[in-house]
Amino acid sequence: MFRAVSLAAFLFATWLLLSGYFTGLLITLGVLSCVGVVLIAARMDVIDHEGHPIHIGWRSASYLPWLVWQIVLSNIDVARRILAPSLPIDPTVKQIPCTQRSDLGRVIYANSITLTPGTVSLRVLDDEILVHALTGGGIADLEEGSMDRKVTAIEGHADD
Amino acid sequence: METVLDIFSWIAIVGGGLFAMIGGLGVLRLPDLFSRMHGAGITDTLGAGLIILGLALQSGFTLITVKLILILVFLFVTSPTSSYALANAALSAGLRPLTAKKEDMSS
Repeated sequence: MFRAVSLAAFLFATWLLLSGYFTGLLITLGVLSCVGVVLIAARMDVIDHEGHPIHIGWRSASYLPWLVWQIVLSNIDVARRILAPSLPIDPTVKQIPCTQRSDLGRVIYANSITLTPGTVSLRVLDDEILVHALTGGGIADLEEGSMDRKVTAIEGHADD
Repeated sequence: METVLDIFSWIAIVGGGLFAMIGGLGVLRLPDLFSRMHGAGITDTLGAGLIILGLALQSGFTLITVKLILILVFLFVTSPTSSYALANAALSAGLRPLTAKKEDMSS
């Protein structure tokens, strides 16, 4: 029930921000469509920890700035390699262990790996992710495991 | 103040355009599909991110900025997901990455 109310609040906030009209008619229409969407989502049984993962909300607040910084750093590294005339790359494929317990956590980890240029997740398995990296260094950074630990920390308990 | 904002916004937009171009160059220069995805990743992340940052600086504290940030949020969720689908499909179709040394492939 809490998740349904929260989903409705998120939907309505999005409606307000995207429309920018604060007249009675449009707000009424917004409320009606948000309630409709929540009812359909409830009937489809998708308002759960995957469909509306609010439990990772406040914990991901410290992860996102770190991830953005990693993205900037690796962007500059990959850009330098692309611009270098000798194209200094050393493509490597390796399985990286992942310690997340839920599918949601693994998806966050795999997407974080892909978002960071220089590493792309190829296949997510139960407790490891097959990663393609432009350089051996990218694999070494992942094997060091700080991204894995941070994602596991924001994931919290899978049964939240 | 206006001028300072304009300067920062232009630096961000030009920088974003530059990174988008480098990403395109990477797609051309890198040897196979899997390594080319890294080049495309530059355009998706820092290229798009800097351009949207520059545009947000131009529009200030308005609903337009909120929409620009929403574009970035959706881009950061959808682009790695579609990259994963592409890489996974290529792997399932039997395409093998070019690597210097052979690693085991469990698939």
